[in-house]
Amino acid sequence: MTPPAPNAPAVVVDGVHKTFAMPKEKVHTLKERALHPLRRTGYEVLRALQDVSFTVEQGEFFGIVGRNGSGKSTLLKCLAGIYGIDSGAISASGRMSTFIELGVGFNPDLAARENAMLNAIMLGLTRSEAEQRYERILDFSELHEFEDLKIKNYSSGMLVRLAFSVMIQVDADILLIDEVLAVGDAAFQQKCYDEFNRLRDEQRTILFVTHDMGSVERFCHRALLLERGEVVTLDHPARVAQEYFRLNFDQAESDGGRPVEEGRRGDGSAEVIEGWFEDEHGERAETLVQHRPCSYCARVRFHVDVTDPKLGAIFEDTEHRPVWTTTSVWHDEHTGQFAADEEIVLRIAFENALAPGRYWVHTGVSRRGAGEDTMDRRDRVASMIVTGLRGHGGVVDIPHDLRIERTGAPHAAAREPA
Amino acid sequence: MTAPPATTPQPLKPIRGPSALGGDWRRFVSLTWTLAVTDFRLKFFGSVLGYFWQLMKPLMLFGVLYVVFTEFVRLGGGVRDYPAVLLMGIVIYQFYAEATSGSVGSVLARENLVRKIHFPRLVIPLAVVLTTYLNFILNFAAVFVFLLVQGVELRWTWLEILPLIALLGALCTGIAMALSALFVRYRDVQPIWDVALPIAFYGTPILYPIETIPSEKLQQVLMCNPLAAIVQQARHALIDPGAASAAEAIGGAPRLLIPFGILVAVCVGGYLIFDRSAPHIAEDL
Repeated sequence: MTPPAPNAPAVVVDGVHKTFAMPKEKVHTLKERALHPLRRTGYEVLRALQDVSFTVEQGEFFGIVGRNGSGKSTLLKCLAGIYGIDSGAISASGRMSTFIELGVGFNPDLAARENAMLNAIMLGLTRSEAEQRYERILDFSELHEFEDLKIKNYSSGMLVRLAFSVMIQVDADILLIDEVLAVGDAAFQQKCYDEFNRLRDEQRTILFVTHDMGSVERFCHRALLLERGEVVTLDHPARVAQEYFRLNFDQAESDGGRPVEEGRRGDGSAEVIEGWFEDEHGERAETLVQHRPCSYCARVRFHVDVTDPKLGAIFEDTEHRPVWTTTSVWHDEHTGQFAADEEIVLRIAFENALAPGRYWVHTGVSRRGAGEDTMDRRDRVASMIVTGLRGHGGVVDIPHDLRIERTGAPHAAAREPA
Repeated sequence: MTAPPATTPQPLKPIRGPSALGGDWRRFVSLTWTLAVTDFRLKFFGSVLGYFWQLMKPLMLFGVLYVVFTEFVRLGGGVRDYPAVLLMGIVIYQFYAEATSGSVGSVLARENLVRKIHFPRLVIPLAVVLTTYLNFILNFAAVFVFLLVQGVELRWTWLEILPLIALLGALCTGIAMALSALFVRYRDVQPIWDVALPIAFYGTPILYPIETIPSEKLQQVLMCNPLAAIVQQARHALIDPGAASAAEAIGGAPRLLIPFGILVAVCVGGYLIFDRSAPHIAEDL
């Protein structure tokens, strides 16, 4: 993905340094000052940002990523003007709005309308602008029936919806967004993603702080990787994600190879990005008809160079019983050479002989050789529902033939009338 | 690829860190107003009689003091319209007390805003003063009603109350700026101010009319307090033209430069203190 059109810069950050002086012993009161006038309070200097420079173009969706404590949120606060900077310069063109937290200024004792107004004004709208947009805010949040309810009686999901709805109505030229995406139920989340796509299509300039590589690759044109307050990479999202995984990989090694997350193992040097099923026409489908050709596909990306990796899948039913397994080893051990950053699709085509019901599939990539050297293994990457009439009570409907043969045995003769 | 950008590119402007003022003044006004009005409304939210209680506060104090100082101790005896003088003094003092003590913890209370959005930091103490102003206007309306009921004549000099209220507001704003900024770093500003406020009450001719002080010298020293000068002038203009004006009480109009100078110094000093700490308030909290 490249930015839609070459444009004038929207944000220029030039050699920004930021340090926090953290007193070792916080002196809080005048009395303490008076009693211990000679005691010097030691300061620990935390270098939050060191010589950070970059330029964001107009209309660019720009990601700022990094691990916890890497300085990405500090950078955003400096950009927003919440923190002053020690040296360097930041400049921006046009109105800027900051979304570090949803619902800034919300008051639990007020109803939706007042809170939407408050929040919108905090985020930089004028009162009349906020009034004009209130209907749209309410429409987007789908909270019409709760309009007059004090928000202290809202569920947290409703609060988030209201806050997000206000946020997207604040159409500043430059939006600074801190991970506020992963909110609400699935349907609302989809709406949020749609909204981000819309903003991107409208060529708004957006600076987006996150550590979710998925959304970085999904939305961003470019991304900046910070580590200990310094810029590590500024590149296309895919390369930044690779670098990010490398940083985390270094960390994971010292962790002794514990599972990275629930249902996921591996050293992170490859990544099963997604899995899906296709029907006989090659369309993605979740519901598949029994005894028709279909395929399971998985998109895998390598983060390091690798030769002849093993790829495989396990299909299991809802009771965690493995039903069927397959691996590249049985087909051709020499799967080939793959470069770092290369993306492949594993395709397993089969005649659907499974019994009706739901099935899950685990997918794994490992290095060649004896023993387990898992690069990535994801449990339950995808699922499918098999529909059909045959095979109930079993797990597979193996293609078979069923016949009734007459034997021509003496019985038959015995029945004949004498 | 030919789609025009959503907005026409604007020239690059440097982003400055947080400051006391700075930025769009309309946003400044709108933020201050919004915060103040919201607070004002929330104050009465959930209580049945709402505004009534706000008015009851000075009235109760007035009732108690009035009974004590006219029936038990005959302090107000012989003073013309003593009840009116007392009530007005209490309402003015109440404004002063609420605005200043309310501002102490205000920046801390707005921590969420300070840490999460960029806005001129001075909005916070100003909104506190403005909320108190809204209360004060309502309370003062009650004072006017009381004056008319008491048979105080309506005079042109009543208009003097406007500049007096402005001066009072300036005094409170100056103190509010200093207290709210200092409190971020020194948490004992709160108890200190709690102690200082009653001193201001007794150091101002509210309970006792100024002429009850035997020493003229002491009268003049008391008048150097800007709050005392404002209260005295309000009494002269609103209630009793026969009472000494602030200028007379301090011993000549030129001497009024002393309380006025103090007021200006408080404002400027308060602003400087706030302005100095504004850039790093978000980090110090």
